Amino acid sequence: MKRREAVGAIAAAALTAAFKWTPAEAAKAAGLAREALKAPYAPAFFTPHEWDTVRVLADLVIPKDERSGSATDAGVPEFMDFMMNDRPDGQVEMRGGLSWLDAQCRERSGKTFLDSTDAERTGLLDDIAWPKKAKPELSQGVAFFNFFRDLTASGFYSSKIGIADLDYRGNEFVREWTGCPPDALQKLGVHYED
Amino acid sequence: MGVFGSKENIPNAPDSLFLPAPKPRCYELLVQQAARRLNVTCVPARLSILTRPLNERPACHYCGQCNRGCKTNSNFSATNVLIAPALKTGRLNLITHAMAREVTLDRTGRASGVTYIDTTDGSEHHVAARVIVVAASACETSRLLLNSKSSLFPNGLANGSGTVGKYLTDTTGTDVAGFLPKMIDPVPHNHDGVGGMHVYMPWWLDNKKLDFPRGYHIEGWGGTGMPEFGFMGGIQNYPGGGGYGKQLKADYRRYYGAYVGFSGRGEMIPNENSYCEIDPKLVDRWGIPVLRFHWKFTDHEYLQVKHMQETFRALIAEMGGVSHSQMPSREDGYGIAAGGVIIHELGGARMGSDPKSSVVNANCQTHEVKNLFVADGAPFTSQADKNPTWTIMALSWRTSEYIANQMKARAL
Repeated sequence: MKRREAVGAIAAAALTAAFKWTPAEAAKAAGLAREALKAPYAPAFFTPHEWDTVRVLADLVIPKDERSGSATDAGVPEFMDFMMNDRPDGQVEMRGGLSWLDAQCRERSGKTFLDSTDAERTGLLDDIAWPKKAKPELSQGVAFFNFFRDLTASGFYSSKIGIADLDYRGNEFVREWTGCPPDALQKLGVHYED
Repeated sequence: MGVFGSKENIPNAPDSLFLPAPKPRCYELLVQQAARRLNVTCVPARLSILTRPLNERPACHYCGQCNRGCKTNSNFSATNVLIAPALKTGRLNLITHAMAREVTLDRTGRASGVTYIDTTDGSEHHVAARVIVVAASACETSRLLLNSKSSLFPNGLANGSGTVGKYLTDTTGTDVAGFLPKMIDPVPHNHDGVGGMHVYMPWWLDNKKLDFPRGYHIEGWGGTGMPEFGFMGGIQNYPGGGGYGKQLKADYRRYYGAYVGFSGRGEMIPNENSYCEIDPKLVDRWGIPVLRFHWKFTDHEYLQVKHMQETFRALIAEMGGVSHSQMPSREDGYGIAAGGVIIHELGGARMGSDPKSSVVNANCQTHEVKNLFVADGAPFTSQADKNPTWTIMALSWRTSEYIANQMKARAL
């Protein structure tokens, strides 16, 4: 079962279980769908090598920590794969940037980014992740990393994991907007007049 | 419709019967403080979002997602709020998927109906009518009139003046955002409110002391809104300077929502170099000739936008913030948004008392074809610094009453 069909099956199971399927049938369908979702994601834009690189790089940008999971936990590489086709104007920047990364690694150690050691990978990131400190000859790498970091953040913080990480409290039913709470006002040194 | 706001006695932003305005968000109180210190008027916003139930529409539930379309219709839209009750009268026949090709004429020079294409199968149809009201939006109305050529109107329908498609305007716009150290490490709370600003700055200055005519209003944004695509883009501009890993994650948390931004929305003075016309070569998929556009801002707009930039930067500085961008240069048009970007297209069938220089009269009735009316942004003679929808609706209301009275009097 392909991923798309599996997702469809889950939706169908949820929709129809209540009135058409027997509980046994519904359970079987849901089980099948769960199995299918375990199948590895097949990227539509990235080549297999790019895909592996993106997964490593995204988790270097946003790793798991005490509060929340990593970029791959949040599905950031899948999000990027989708966005590359949804907004094709970033395709060359992404593809070219990943190639730049490999070329730079090869120059330094004769290996690709993926084949590099952890220390070699972070050594390269240390050189391009802080634009103000970066050497001018690495400006293309800096530009790519700015782009990749922004896209990682977009994917991560708009996911359930990321939203919980930020403790965003909105997007819920509020009977009447009565303003911000006292501690939020106090922090900014403001108050309501009435 | 239902508009929230407050009575302020500001001559260029007239009062109305308002629903109660929502309280400002915490950062909007900061904006208000800074504005007061700089003598910039800052008052509760005026938006057509219900803060109390109205005409069977429930009050807003403050999810902040108006831009996705309001499921409860608490946020006004003509499509969702006006068409349903009109359909209920049983006197409205709505034809969807209809692409108008041409307004047709009878032998006496009266408009007789509209030829349209059913876009589901490409077939062509005609509806006949006693009165025809065109409301396709400013540019598409111009296109329809220009494409409705006949021996009586070789340059397009109701275009004896040659001004159909001319004097097109869009709102002037520019934005500046700034990082606000005061807002670092936010206190988590529901910050959504309505899907838009709770306070705004109507035009507040005297043009006699300025180097440009007319004015603009200011909209503000910022704080810990719903994280979405583009979230904290350009993190390298924050004090952390970029980076990656756990340090970066901590920075995203600390700096989340620690910014404010201002958008200026101002009046563009119509000029002869900003217009649309029929493209001599291109047609759309239905074979209908499309428009091509010509655009030129003048110093009126550039100097106004320069003033916006300076004001927004002063506001950000007054709040203790730092803008990440440099003041744009004259060569960059002071950061003015390209024509069409603010999507407030107005003009193209401008109103006037002289048929030689305008398309419609004060009732939005075309000078040359008495049973043809325009009820969108096309009749606007300028682009006041107000978002145009409410004015379009007010004009349409007046036009509708005029048509009803004329029909009753058998004058149409």
